[in-house]
Amino acid sequence: MLSYTLRRLFQSGFVLLMMSFLVFVGVYAIGNPVELLINPQADDAERLRATIAMGLDKPFYAQYLAFLGTASTGDFGRSFVFNVPALSLILQKLPATIELALFATMIAVVVGIPLGLIAGLKPDSFVGRAIMALSIIGFSLPTFWVGLVLIMFFSVHLGWLPSNGRGDTVDVLGIPVSFLTWDGLTHLFMPAFNLALFKLSLLIRLTRSGTREALLQDYVKFARAKGLSNTRVIGVHVLKNIMIPIVTVIGLEFGSVIAFAIVTETIFAWPGTGKLLIDSINQLDRPVIVAYLLVIVSLFIFINFLVDVVYSVLDPRVRLGAQSGGGH
Amino acid sequence: MIYVHRIFTALLATVPMSLTYAVTSGAAAQTSTQAATKSAHARDISIGLQAAITSMDPHYHNVGPNNSTLRHIFQPLVAPDENQKLTPALATSWRAIDDTTWEFKLRKNVRWHDGSAFTADDVAFTLKRVPNVPNSPSSFATFTKPIIDVKIIDLHTIIFKTAFPHPLLPSDLTAVAIISKAVGEKATTDDYNSGKAAIGTGPYKFVEYVANQRVVVKANYDYWGGEEPWDKVTFKMLTSPAARVAALLSGNVEMIETVPTADISQLEKNTKFALSNKVSNRVIYAHLNQHQDKAPVFLTDKAGKALEKNPLKDLRVRKALSMAINRDAIVSRVMEGRAVAASQLLADNFFGTSRKLKPAKFDPEGAKKLLAEAGYPNGFAMTIHGPNNRYINDAAIAQTIAQFYSRIGIEVKVDTMPSSVYFTRASKLEFSYMVLGWGTESGEQGSALRSLLATYDTAKGMGVTNRGRYSNPAFDKALGEALVTMDDKKRESMIQRAAEMAMEDVGLIPLHYEVSTWATTKALKYIPRTDQYTLAMNLKLAK
Repeated sequence: MLSYTLRRLFQSGFVLLMMSFLVFVGVYAIGNPVELLINPQADDAERLRATIAMGLDKPFYAQYLAFLGTASTGDFGRSFVFNVPALSLILQKLPATIELALFATMIAVVVGIPLGLIAGLKPDSFVGRAIMALSIIGFSLPTFWVGLVLIMFFSVHLGWLPSNGRGDTVDVLGIPVSFLTWDGLTHLFMPAFNLALFKLSLLIRLTRSGTREALLQDYVKFARAKGLSNTRVIGVHVLKNIMIPIVTVIGLEFGSVIAFAIVTETIFAWPGTGKLLIDSINQLDRPVIVAYLLVIVSLFIFINFLVDVVYSVLDPRVRLGAQSGGGH
Repeated sequence: MIYVHRIFTALLATVPMSLTYAVTSGAAAQTSTQAATKSAHARDISIGLQAAITSMDPHYHNVGPNNSTLRHIFQPLVAPDENQKLTPALATSWRAIDDTTWEFKLRKNVRWHDGSAFTADDVAFTLKRVPNVPNSPSSFATFTKPIIDVKIIDLHTIIFKTAFPHPLLPSDLTAVAIISKAVGEKATTDDYNSGKAAIGTGPYKFVEYVANQRVVVKANYDYWGGEEPWDKVTFKMLTSPAARVAALLSGNVEMIETVPTADISQLEKNTKFALSNKVSNRVIYAHLNQHQDKAPVFLTDKAGKALEKNPLKDLRVRKALSMAINRDAIVSRVMEGRAVAASQLLADNFFGTSRKLKPAKFDPEGAKKLLAEAGYPNGFAMTIHGPNNRYINDAAIAQTIAQFYSRIGIEVKVDTMPSSVYFTRASKLEFSYMVLGWGTESGEQGSALRSLLATYDTAKGMGVTNRGRYSNPAFDKALGEALVTMDDKKRESMIQRAAEMAMEDVGLIPLHYEVSTWATTKALKYIPRTDQYTLAMNLKLAK
């Protein structure tokens, strides 16, 4: 386990290094942030001053090495646009995104698994087919479009839910969260649902096919033959056995929910990191882009690691760090 | 599977309808409930902004959205009114004693938000700080640079010496927010963002700033200019146009700026909302690459071979390219009427615009003839470059121009890209024909001519954004003389003459002036501004 963790850490470090280099090259190739930020009336002297202020006067490799030097001490540079440390800007926005992602995942799980179960148990009924139709729609419709339709219906037409922002927040352990106030909840619901829609459809389909497969297994037939109640057969025997792939997918997808919250955050003006990233890319705010991607990649690596660990707990046949075959 | 498909198509089909429906009638119920809940705080309003405010430090980033929002807290010596005419703000009067000496009389009995008195010391300190803000990506030094010496005569009189005769000094100073010396001496940009140092003299006081999210200000009841109608103003940064409109329709904000052109006609029909608009100081134009004598890369003959001569250096070709564009069609179709066909760099009524100049008449036949005369009877091949996320409908404008050009026998490709890529490449002179925009902050055509058409010489600050590298010595001379003429009347007619020279020579192709549009609830009325600023001070109750 220890050697496994160490090896994973080493690999992660390498991934982060490569990623930072690629982003550096990419942003460098796109364009010059001075062109975007400076007042177009500025003369030579002013342009030079701004270029030096952002450290862009140095050759590319020197900029990258300087970044590596400060990054190793935890300083990812200051945002060109906001003039605040890039990392603190991201950490300030991250709770909002994580809250959104958690809430979306919760919706996906709470709604998706029962619906998938129903669709799996009664595949040919009207309800079962309607659920599958819904899941196809959830898969196919683009997020930005669904978001706008949700706003038009629930905010503009019915006036039930606010169309943008995060609402009132309360601090829990110094982190502002909105799900503890009614106002915050009303702000949270629509963007979370919009973000959840894709995962929801995924979970419906995953649960459905898992259920259908499990129903044909001998142990289910045996349980029924024993005369166990339907609830017990489904709740214990079926559900427990289909949970392993579902847990894995939820874990893996959680990272992508965070990373792909961008569209939802833009439409609902949700003050998270996704919106920050889009604005930073448009402004070529390199320190923020690099820091954001490093944080997200670290998060991915961490979640993957966690999933591996959980997996080994759930399934005793899996052993972490096993080089080849058995190894008992 | 078939019925699934049907549901899907049915859903798709209903959406355009539901959007329209929502806009025209849906908001009715919502606004009335909103009005009921709002009555408790009748004097609180929320405004949806189109761009992020990047800092609360008034000298950190010289960019329109920041300057606009910070105007609530901080004030300049001289303030532009809604037509960009200069009005007294922290200075009550100003005059040029001689060509390079200016005297400003400051307003008495003005107090900072922390209660201390405003004096000439604060002004002198501000001018010292402006060029020295660490890490500023775009400083205000451009405006203070001509001032080489500051003399404080008494508490409320200050004298500026300029390096050269600089008639635009009062206009330049409209961009420079005055800060308190006592507060500013120890303050960094972070202190302004946190509000600790955000102490101004303006009609509103700082309450809160959250990057990429909102700015909140509250009324300053001791404001020297009298009380404002609002107790608290919340500026929400809603950068997605659809989200901005939705926020207005759902009663989340009472006003938005930059209404997307596609939503204007729907909002106009909706009795719950009111629109206000005004021709802005922004012109959309095309720069033509006249840098080299050989044709630039994106301009070839139809077979793709390089041309010996650069056609864009030929006046007849430039004239043809201007005549071939039907500006009225762009205005009515692409811009949905929210633009005005342009003949120069600023709309009529701005300082230094010439009434003699009219938008080029649409004449494709005449354009063809001119091309033939210039030696291109069969036209040539050209790529039009433009941004796709910077100006209103920018990509559509480039595409429309391309269609007009194909009518006169020019083979056109269109390549539009995000501004983050576009402006870097445009400044490197990679393009032949580029669609661009320019907002004239001073409201005086001289400064636009200077930046866009004067011969490129960045050391002197001339032609700094002349991406076409147009160069005309006679025009340079006329403009150079105009820019240092202190007498307003004389200067205006000299600028007009310079503008006529450059426009008759088609130094660039003016397309249209953008019209800015604001939308408010019916209960409110916004006094629209040419500088595209969104100010709570210009927002009134409708009756």
